[in-house]
Amino acid sequence: MLDNKGHPNRLGIWGWLGGGRWGLERYLYTLHRLTGLGLLLYFLLHILVTSARAFGEQAWAASMARVTGGLFVIGEFLVFCAFAFHAANGVRLVLVELGWAIGNPIEPVYPYRTSVHEQRPLALGIMVVAGLLVLAGGLDFFILH
Amino acid sequence: MRDQRLWTWHVLAGLIILVLLGLHMTIMHLDVLVGIFNPRDPHPIAWANVAARARMGFFTVSYIVLLGAALFHGLYGFRNIVFELGIGRGLKTALNVVLVLGGVSLFAFGAWAAWAAGTLARTL
Amino acid sequence: MTTPANVTFRIRRYEPASQRPPAWEDVTIPYADGMTVLDGLRTIKETRLPSLAWRSSCRMGVCGSCGMFINGHPRLACNTQVTELGTSLVTVAPLPNFEIIRDLVPDLRSMFDAHAALMPHIIRDDVQEMYEPTGEYFQTPHELEQILQFSYCIKCGCCMAACPTVATDPAYSGPMPLAQSHRYNADSRDGGFAARTQVLATEKGPWKCHYAGECSQACPKGVDPARAIQLMKRQLVFDYLGLYKQPCPAKVVAKPAGITRRADVPEAPAATI
Repeated sequence: MLDNKGHPNRLGIWGWLGGGRWGLERYLYTLHRLTGLGLLLYFLLHILVTSARAFGEQAWAASMARVTGGLFVIGEFLVFCAFAFHAANGVRLVLVELGWAIGNPIEPVYPYRTSVHEQRPLALGIMVVAGLLVLAGGLDFFILH
Repeated sequence: MRDQRLWTWHVLAGLIILVLLGLHMTIMHLDVLVGIFNPRDPHPIAWANVAARARMGFFTVSYIVLLGAALFHGLYGFRNIVFELGIGRGLKTALNVVLVLGGVSLFAFGAWAAWAAGTLARTL
Repeated sequence: MTTPANVTFRIRRYEPASQRPPAWEDVTIPYADGMTVLDGLRTIKETRLPSLAWRSSCRMGVCGSCGMFINGHPRLACNTQVTELGTSLVTVAPLPNFEIIRDLVPDLRSMFDAHAALMPHIIRDDVQEMYEPTGEYFQTPHELEQILQFSYCIKCGCCMAACPTVATDPAYSGPMPLAQSHRYNADSRDGGFAARTQVLATEKGPWKCHYAGECSQACPKGVDPARAIQLMKRQLVFDYLGLYKQPCPAKVVAKPAGITRRADVPEAPAATI
C-alpha cells in the first residue's frame, strides 16, 4: 500500500484559466469573478460615499465633488460595463445552474453533444445583450451627457 | 454554515439585485435615453433629484433591500473565491467572522443613511 | 495533418527516490500507422526508457486507467491518435490536480475518497430484497434515461484534471464524485436522497461548481458531469425551499402469474456461492 505523499501537482490559479479544453464558458467564469470583485470593491466605497445624503445638501455636494472628474467618469463607465456583463452572465448562470438551459440527459453517442453545446446559444445571446447594454451606457456616459 | 442554504440565498439575492440594481442603473446611467425618476434636474445625482427620491418610501425600502441583497451576494461571492484558494480551517473561520461583522455593520450604516435621508428630505 | 515520419514524445519524468523534481525528457521514435499515445509509450518503454511508468489496461477506452495530460488537455492515452494532435511533438504529463506517485502515475485516492463519501450506491430500506431478490425493481425507459448517461463514467479522472475548482481547492469533491452522486439520486430505484443530502448540503456538495463546463468537454465517454451537477443543484435548492419531494423508490415487480418455462430453454445452473 502507498504510504508516502506523492509530488504535488495541482494547477492552482492557472487552472482558472487553462487545463481543460479552453471552452468559452471557462473564460466567462473567470470574467464573472473578476467583474464581481470589481463591483464589490466599488460597492463598498459607494455605500460610504452616498451615505453623505443623510447629512444634507452641502455634505452631498462635497461628497460628489470628491468623485467627479475625468478618471472617475471612466471608472464609473467600467463599473457599468462590469455590471452589464455580470448581470447578463448571472441570468445565464441562474438558468444553467438550476438545470433549465442545459438539455435533458441523453444516451451519449459520439461525437458527444454535451450540455455545454446546448447552452452555447444562450451564452452567445447573453454576450450580445451585455454588449448592447454597454453600448447604451457608453452613449449615455460619453456622447449624450 | 450550510452551503445549500447560503447558495440558494446567493441566487435569490442575485435575482433581487437584477431587478433593483437594473432600475438604479437605468435611473443613474441611462437617464438621457430612458429618463425615469429624475423629476427635478437633468442630472441624476443633483441634490433635487436625490431628495425627491429620498422622499418616496418606495426608494427608501428598495435601497435598503438592495443594500442587504448586494452585501450578501457580494460578500458570499468574495468568500467563495477566497475559500476556493484552498485556505486552512482557521483562516476560513476568521474570514467568516470578519465578513459577517463587516457586512452587518455596513448594512446597519447604509440602512440608517437611507432612512435618515428620507426623514431629512421630508422636512425640506 | 500529413503523417509524420518520426514523433517526439516529451514525457514528464519523476522518480520519488531521486529527490529531484519532475523534469521533461524527450524521446523520438518512428511513427507507425494508427499510433495512439499509449502505443508510443509502449514502444518507448520497450526500446528506450525501460523505467518509464504509467497506468493502462484495456487499451480501448473502457477501463479509465490511462488518463494523462496530453498536449495541454486531459485525455485517455489509448483513445488519442498521435495524428489527431496536429503536431509531431507529443507532450505527455500525469493528470494535473492529483499528486504524482511516479512518472505518469497520478495518486487517484483523493478522488475515490470523495466518491465514496457521497454514497454512490443504491440505498433502500428493503435490505432483505436487495440481498435475496425475488424479482426486478420496476423502471421505465424514461426513468432509465435520467441516469443512463451518467452511468457511463469510467472514473478516469480527466474531468477532475480539467475542473478549475479542483485546481485550487482540495476540499471540493470534484465533478466525478458529484456526478455519480446525482446518478444515484436520480435513480428511480434509489431511496437515499435524504442521506446524501446530509453530505451534499455541506462544502462537499456542488456549491463550488460555477459551470466552467470543462469537465464535460474533457470527458472521453460523453458522461457530461456538468449536466449532472446542475441537475443536482436544482434538486437540492428545491429541497431547501420545500418544493422537492423524493418519489418513493421503485417497487419490486412480481413475476407474472401462470407463466411456464419454454421446453427448449434450460434451467440456470445452481449458484456456486
